[in-house]
Amino acid sequence: MKRVKIIKEDLKTIFEALAQRYRTIGPKLVHGTVVMAESSFEDIPAGYEDRQGPGSYRLEKKETEEIFSFSPGADSFKKYLCPSSVTSFSFQKSAKGFVVDVPEREGMPLAFIGSRACDLAALSLLDQVFLDGPVRDQGYEGRRKSIFIVSVNCNHPSENCFCDAMGTGPYAKEGFDLCITEIRNWLLVEAGSVEGEKVLEILPHREIDAGDLDEKRIVIARCREMIKKSMKTEDLPGVIYRNLEHPRWTEIAGKDLECGNCTMVCPTCFCNSSYDVLSLRTVSSNLRDFSGVRRRTWDSCFSKNFARVHGGNFRPSRRARYRHWMTHKLAYWIEQFGSPGCVGCGRCITWCPVGIDITHELEELRRVR
Amino acid sequence: MKRQRIGIFKLASCDGCQLAVLNLNEELFDLAELYDIAYFREALNRSPLKQYDIALVEGSVTTERQKKEIIEIRERARFLMTIGACATAGGIQALRNWANLAEFKRQVYPSPELISVLPTSTPVSEHVYIDYELWGCPVDAEALSETLVSLMVGRRPGIPIYSLCMDCKIKGIPCVLVSQGDPCLGPVTRAGCGALCPSFGRGCFGCFGPKEGANIDALMHRFEDLKMARKDAVLLMDKMNTYAYRRTRLEQDH
Ligand code: SF4
Ligand code: SF4
Ligand code: SF4
Repeated sequence: MKRVKIIKEDLKTIFEALAQRYRTIGPKLVHGTVVMAESSFEDIPAGYEDRQGPGSYRLEKKETEEIFSFSPGADSFKKYLCPSSVTSFSFQKSAKGFVVDVPEREGMPLAFIGSRACDLAALSLLDQVFLDGPVRDQGYEGRRKSIFIVSVNCNHPSENCFCDAMGTGPYAKEGFDLCITEIRNWLLVEAGSVEGEKVLEILPHREIDAGDLDEKRIVIARCREMIKKSMKTEDLPGVIYRNLEHPRWTEIAGKDLECGNCTMVCPTCFCNSSYDVLSLRTVSSNLRDFSGVRRRTWDSCFSKNFARVHGGNFRPSRRARYRHWMTHKLAYWIEQFGSPGCVGCGRCITWCPVGIDITHELEELRRVR
Repeated sequence: MKRQRIGIFKLASCDGCQLAVLNLNEELFDLAELYDIAYFREALNRSPLKQYDIALVEGSVTTERQKKEIIEIRERARFLMTIGACATAGGIQALRNWANLAEFKRQVYPSPELISVLPTSTPVSEHVYIDYELWGCPVDAEALSETLVSLMVGRRPGIPIYSLCMDCKIKGIPCVLVSQGDPCLGPVTRAGCGALCPSFGRGCFGCFGPKEGANIDALMHRFEDLKMARKDAVLLMDKMNTYAYRRTRLEQDH
C-alpha cells in the first residue's frame, strides 16, 4: 500500500476531502478534556498534553508544534458505533393491528480521525461480538460498515496506557484506511485500504524512503519506552479462575463505588438494556391503542438491575460484581473469543472516581496469601 | 372502563413535587383523561374521598397530626407511592434529626413557642407500608409519567436504580470529579435528574438520594484525598436527602 510524507497543514486537506462524503469525527476540547465529536482540523487540541493517573485527568497547554500531543480521553468508537442510547424501533397498536417501524439510518457515514491502535483493537473485538456471532446486530452493522478510519500512532502515551503489554499498540498494524505517524514537522501517512489510497492521491506529497521508515521506528520505540504500565498476561485465564475466593476481592469491594464508570468508558464493554418507552400521551384509556419506542441504552454489570431475574440478582455484592467484571475482561473473554477483552487503553483506571487499577488488581490476585 | 382514582396528598413539604405533577404540561391532560384525579391539594378544590386506587404522597412526617394523617391516607389507598425527597427520605427538614430542635426553632422563628412539631422529620415509609417510591428534589416529571403509565399497563416502572455516573457517561459529560478534582456525589447517588449539575460543570449534591448499597465511606475517603475536610465532605450529603445518606452510611456493609 501507498506510503507518503506530507506537511502538517495537509491534514486539513484530509479533513476537507473526507467531509465531502463523511461526517468527520475527531478529537475536540470540551470542558478541559479531549472528547470525540463532530469536528474539523481546527478543533484538534494540538499542543495539549494530558496528565492521567488513577482517578485523575488534567490537560495542559504546552509550547510545542506537535499536533497529536495528547492521548485519548474517555470516548472511543463505541460512542458512535454502539451509541449510549438508540431507538431500535417504534411500535403502534391500534384497531388496524400491530405495526413495527425500524428507523432508517440517516445522514452521511462517519470518518474517524485520530483513533489509536488500542481503539482499533477494541473495534475488532466489538466486531467479533456484534457481527461474528450467530446473530448479527443490524444496527451496529449499519453504522459500522461504511466508516473511514484515520488512525494515529501514539507519541504521548498516558500514564495509564498498557497497550504494549496487551499486544495492541502503540502503533496500528491494520484496521485503518489511513494511518498517521507524526515525526517532527511532517506526517508519515500510510494507506491501509483502497479508499485510503484514493485520499492520498489528492494530497501534494513526497514518496518516502528507507530513512523515513527508520524515523517511524524510532518514534515507536520512544513511545514504547514512555509506557510505564504493564499487565502480565501469562497464565490468564487460569490465574483468575484459581483465585475466585482470593481475599483481594473483598478488599476491592471496600473501595469500589459500583458507579459503573469503568464499564461506560471501556471501549470493549458492550452491554446494554432494551426498554419500551411509553408515555401518558400514547396509551388510550381502554389500553387497546398504544404506541412507543424500544430504546436501547448502555448498561453495566455494576448496576443492581443488570442481569436481575425474578427474585433477585445472582451477584448480590460489590465483591461479586467487581469480580465478574474483571473475570469477564480477563478470563471468560479469552475462552469465548481467544483473546482478552481488555486492550490496555487505561480508560477504566483514569475514569474510576476512586482510581481502581485493573493491572494492579491482577497483580494482587497473583499474590499468594 | 372505570378510571382509577388518584389522590395527591401533602405532608411537610414545599409543594415542589406537586408542581412537578403540573409540570407534566400537555401530559397533564392525558393524566386527567386516563385517571380520575380525585384529590390534588395544590390544584383542585375537592374534599377527600373514602377510597383511592392510587395515593401520591408528597412531604415528610413532622407533626403529631401528620402521623395520623398518613395512616388515614394509607387506609384509604390501594397503592401508595411517595413522591420526592421529603416523603421518601425526610427532606431537608430532617436536618433537625441530628440537631437540637429548640435551638433550630429559636434561630428560625420569632416566636418559637408557637411551633409545635416532632423532634424528627421522617419519611413516610417509617410510618406506613409503601408500595413504591420516587426519589428526587423535586421528582422528575418524566419519571412520574413513566410510573403512572407503567401502573396502567401493569409493568415494573423503568426507573433507574443505578448511579448518576452512568447517566453522566451515557450523556457524554466530562467527569468533574476526575477532570477537575471537584467533589461530586454522583457515584453514590441514584440517577434520575439526567446529570443536570455535571452537565454544567459542577458536582452532584444528591437530589435523588443514595443509591441502594451506596459505598459512601469510600467516596468520602476519596474526597479527603482531594484535600476536602471531613466535615465539608459530610456536609455535602446533609441536604434534602440527609437522613437517607446518613442511614445508608451507618448500615453500609461490604
Ligand atoms: S478494561 Fe480498562 S484498560 Fe482494558 S480495554 Fe477496558 S477500559 Fe481499557
Ligand atoms: S471499579 Fe471504579 S469505575 Fe468501576 S464501578 Fe468500581 S468505583 Fe466505579
Ligand atoms: S461528574 Fe459526578 S456523576 Fe458524573 S461521572 Fe463524574 S463523579 Fe459521576
